[in-house]
Amino acid sequence: MGEKMLLIAGRSTKQGVSLNVGKHSPEYQEVVTTLEMNPDDMARLGLKDGDRVRLRSKVGEVIVRCKARKPDDLPSGVAFLPFGPASTQLMGGDTAATGMPLSKNIEVEVEPVDSDQ
Amino acid sequence: MTDVRVVENATCTFCGCVCDDIILTVEGDRITQAKNACTLGKAWFTEHTIEDRPVALVDGREAALQEAVEAAARILVESRFPVIYGLSDTTCEAQREAVAIADYIGANIDTTTSVCHGPSGIAFQGVGESTATLGEIKNRADLVIYWGGNPAEAHPRHFTRYSVTPKGMFVPRGRKDRTVVLVDVRRTPSARAADIFIQVKPGKDFEVLWALRALVKGRPVPSFIEEETGVPLATLQDLVERMKNCRYGVLFFGMGLTMTRGRHFNSGALLALVTDLNEYTHFVAKPVRGHGNVTGADNVLSWQTGFPFAVNFSRGFPRFNPGEFTTVDLLARGEADAALIIASDPASNFPRPAIEHLRRIPVIALDPKPTYTTDIAKVAFTTATYGINVAGTVYRMDDVPIYLRPAFPSPYPSDEEVLRAIKVRVCELLDIPLPNGKHH
Ligand code: SF4
Repeated sequence: MGEKMLLIAGRSTKQGVSLNVGKHSPEYQEVVTTLEMNPDDMARLGLKDGDRVRLRSKVGEVIVRCKARKPDDLPSGVAFLPFGPASTQLMGGDTAATGMPLSKNIEVEVEPVDSDQ
Repeated sequence: MTDVRVVENATCTFCGCVCDDIILTVEGDRITQAKNACTLGKAWFTEHTIEDRPVALVDGREAALQEAVEAAARILVESRFPVIYGLSDTTCEAQREAVAIADYIGANIDTTTSVCHGPSGIAFQGVGESTATLGEIKNRADLVIYWGGNPAEAHPRHFTRYSVTPKGMFVPRGRKDRTVVLVDVRRTPSARAADIFIQVKPGKDFEVLWALRALVKGRPVPSFIEEETGVPLATLQDLVERMKNCRYGVLFFGMGLTMTRGRHFNSGALLALVTDLNEYTHFVAKPVRGHGNVTGADNVLSWQTGFPFAVNFSRGFPRFNPGEFTTVDLLARGEADAALIIASDPASNFPRPAIEHLRRIPVIALDPKPTYTTDIAKVAFTTATYGINVAGTVYRMDDVPIYLRPAFPSPYPSDEEVLRAIKVRVCELLDIPLPNGKHH
């Protein structure tokens, strides 16, 4: 079973560096599909570094790989994904008349994906 | 043997810091060293290659420049609701051409500002901005607060070149003379540079800012603020004392405020707090801007249309309305019937419903590199990279214009050249005389 969490999409050094190599480069693809999580959350969900997880929001879903951050860096219940094609799959088109879609604190369900799937 | 050249005072346009002190070593058409640049800037320069790509593709087929210009002009002239978007990674000169096209064809023009600090733009109009240049901050600021931003990873030299470590006229000991505070929901690598890190619960920035405003005005704040926001009352009281008692304070704010619930209310609350603080001391606020010339895009649109983004020319004069004329909304509602995208990749960073519509309409894309947007474009131009191959003007994030010194020429045309050619062809098709009197 999955758990509800808040997803933050944002910039990171690796995302910025790999962007210069090119959007179609393997480096960029890897960076933008690596989800950073709180280690306690990962343990509870039976996840270890490199495992696949499904993120599902109101508008879409993606499968990414997870990686632990220090618990101090990322509070329990919050996950971070670098901006990119994966994070956009989870963003809704409603901007509440501002032009700005929400890409921080998106409600998502995080669910481990069995490796044999 | 390839000749080796050194280009001094080159400008990095990868992020809004627009560092103009880079020393490049150029061997043929590769940059082998970028002295003074940060990790991101080094990657920007040294990963730069002249792509072996056709100058243009029409329907995925290789095309001559003129043929692609013709195809692009026809799409724009024949569409009923064209949208022009992007513009933050190109020169002001190219941005001007894009505004001219929008004006001639009655298009909607919007920039990546709408999905980064657009909400701050709305807040500036509502609350006002107490502003400064980064030079002033470097020379004067003794309290530096970053709110909802991660400069260590997004603008690495912001700390070292402008606001944290440099020695300034009134802060002669540099870092030692400044107090640095970071406010964020995550403990990012930027926290290492701060004396004080304040961790806010996700989505509670507005509440924290409003509590700070109350404390500045000497009003009581209930102790349940900690349960609500994750920040103890004593921490807020301490911060307020520091803010009121500094000589020159600055609040830099990032997309942690604008991309979360509250959006322009969050930016507005921060600007209002800064206004309040000016009762006690000198305090300024600056958004930390991402792309190299996103600030230029705001400036060019403002001086040409009166508005910074989300501008619509369909009635023959500019109208501004975020939510109506912002690109994500136009696309998500399925309104635009053609798109001209310059130096931006909405197909990889817009929300899914907007991307779905973009796939349904004819797209014209200008970009030095293949992107998700050039992949879906009906007409795709390969253009030269600004700052590396193209000269022109760029605005740093503090609205200071900087002229670019390119390292070497590119075989591809600049965005400005392609846009001007499209503009001229559009005018011919619509039988509009060009402003300089020349009839094509
Ligand atoms: S801080 Fe920004 S502008 Fe300066 S070198 Fe780094 S990426 Fe380039």
